[in-house]
Amino acid sequence: MNTLQVEGVSFRYRTGRGVEDVTFRASPGELLGVVGPNSAGKSTLLRLLSKVLLPQQGRILIEGRDVAALSRMALARRVAVVPQEFHVAFPFRVAEVVLMGRYPHAAGGAWGATNDDARDRTMAQAALKATGTAHLASRRVDELSGGERQLVSLARALAQEAPILLLDEPTAHLDLRHQGIVLSILLAHHREGRGTTILVSHDLNLAAEHCDRLLLLAGGRVRAVGRPEEVITPEHLEPAYGCPVTVERHPASGRPRVQGILNQRDARGTASQHSPEVREAGRS
Amino acid sequence: MMARASFPEATGRRALPILCLVGALLIGLLLSLMVGSVPIAPREVMRALFAGGADAQDPIVAVVRQIRLPRAILAGMVGAALALAGLGFQAISRNPLADPTVLGVSSGASFGVTIATVLGLAGPFGNPAVVTLFAFAGALLAAVSVYAIAQVDGRLPITTLLLSGVITGLFFTSCVMLITAFLAAAELQGVVFWLMGNLMPAGGRTLAVLALVLAIGVIVFARQAARLNLLALGEEQALQLGVEVERVKRSAFVAAALVTGAAISTAGSIGFVGLIVPHAARLLLGPDNRRLVPAVGLLGAAFLMLADLAARTVMAPAELPVGVITSFCGAPLFVCLLRSRRGVEASL
Repeated sequence: MNTLQVEGVSFRYRTGRGVEDVTFRASPGELLGVVGPNSAGKSTLLRLLSKVLLPQQGRILIEGRDVAALSRMALARRVAVVPQEFHVAFPFRVAEVVLMGRYPHAAGGAWGATNDDARDRTMAQAALKATGTAHLASRRVDELSGGERQLVSLARALAQEAPILLLDEPTAHLDLRHQGIVLSILLAHHREGRGTTILVSHDLNLAAEHCDRLLLLAGGRVRAVGRPEEVITPEHLEPAYGCPVTVERHPASGRPRVQGILNQRDARGTASQHSPEVREAGRS
Repeated sequence: MMARASFPEATGRRALPILCLVGALLIGLLLSLMVGSVPIAPREVMRALFAGGADAQDPIVAVVRQIRLPRAILAGMVGAALALAGLGFQAISRNPLADPTVLGVSSGASFGVTIATVLGLAGPFGNPAVVTLFAFAGALLAAVSVYAIAQVDGRLPITTLLLSGVITGLFFTSCVMLITAFLAAAELQGVVFWLMGNLMPAGGRTLAVLALVLAIGVIVFARQAARLNLLALGEEQALQLGVEVERVKRSAFVAAALVTGAAISTAGSIGFVGLIVPHAARLLLGPDNRRLVPAVGLLGAAFLMLADLAARTVMAPAELPVGVITSFCGAPLFVCLLRSRRGVEASL
């Protein structure tokens, strides 16, 4: 059975952006990359999968059950999300933050949730160990470096024990070394479990290198789905990104590698076309 | 093994700090009963409190039971209510600077009480529950306005939050001033005195209403404490972890406005308690709301009892409004928090 099944899902913000008639599926053990240019609808798709937004059309099935009909707690036991950036408002300790990942498993009695029983603590510890952050357990989250904080964010998601893991540009704000650390931990976790991992990424080459399949979004629509070598082609990418590309093979892995070709005319064209996103990026 | 050793205990150590705070509250209460124009020794206080069959002739018993005890209880409940309101607003806005005074919610409550006064519902013959209801309505109106004004793309940036709090506070204060300008002199005196914040002995019914509202507030905050913790991750992440964010925010919001209204309607504007007390409690116990709710209640009660004690004694026999003491403590702390890097970052 498919873990995740997305059937003709559409969602439009008032600004007109969003996703349109998106259909795909992901099976257990699969690492699916979602790629595409700015404002392609990647983040919208992720919000739909985690029920932050509800589809205006179509439906999303997780383990055969409609997301719209699942309670948020039940959904959070099935889907864990690692956000792009991870800020905690008050000086919580790392262990406390990771234990927050156990909230969906809490026995929510009348007096609120208890998310720190023995099993919760075991799972939180395992997650800290898996991400190599056990030594940070009693540190304050707001005192960590960006790389450490992203690892803690990943640990919090792993503690959730959800079969589906969604990652939104988990390495976007990290330096090269920490990108490597986060990615290798992520891949190790994925290989160990039978879970489904969905990696939203700007980085085509990173996604092509590690993902089993890729989903190419542009303008809110699915432009291609398939193995990296089927998706990372000039025929798919050039209309999606609006610029010419060259594709070659990675000498070691044999995976496709892509590079945009810039010329004066296109530079002007993309700049005006993408100005809203430039503003958006500046804000965040 | 290292990891196990360094994994902080969350459950086990919860009781001890709370017991310490209970002790602090009892000491504060004892001091409030001892100190005053007539100093009373601890043993005498105990005798006056627990001696069976109230001796109406004994002046010490009368002072302790009829003057100082009701005042200390009022101070304790008002302090707890304002401190919890601050904690609630801080959790919702993810900002340690949020407080009924800073957000202008106190001014909204004052406006509500002033309206009740104009309508002749306040005063010695009025029903305290009705006045509290007016104060609650005013507080809720102000709080909703502040959040509506401050919201930018579903976020509450610190600058717009503080600015809209100032604007809302000024607006409702102006409304109060406008109304007092039309009031007769006798009524005016009452309103002005009350606006300055005072802990004059309140009637039994007033205390009962305040106690009831405070109990409701404590129950709501205690029930939502774990979910309020998750709000610290941001609303989207809280949703993704299974929290019904809107429902949690709404109930905490209403509860915070309710306790603010009850405190303001009985004791007037007493500023910054909701800022000082949660901050101190966080320093002692960390940011976990499950521990903070009882701690902030106890510490708020002890704090306002001691502040009232200071207000009564520093210029004795004259009495300062207790709001002066709390503002002298709160305003510098606000500046420190605002200037500190973390206070600013926390609002991102």
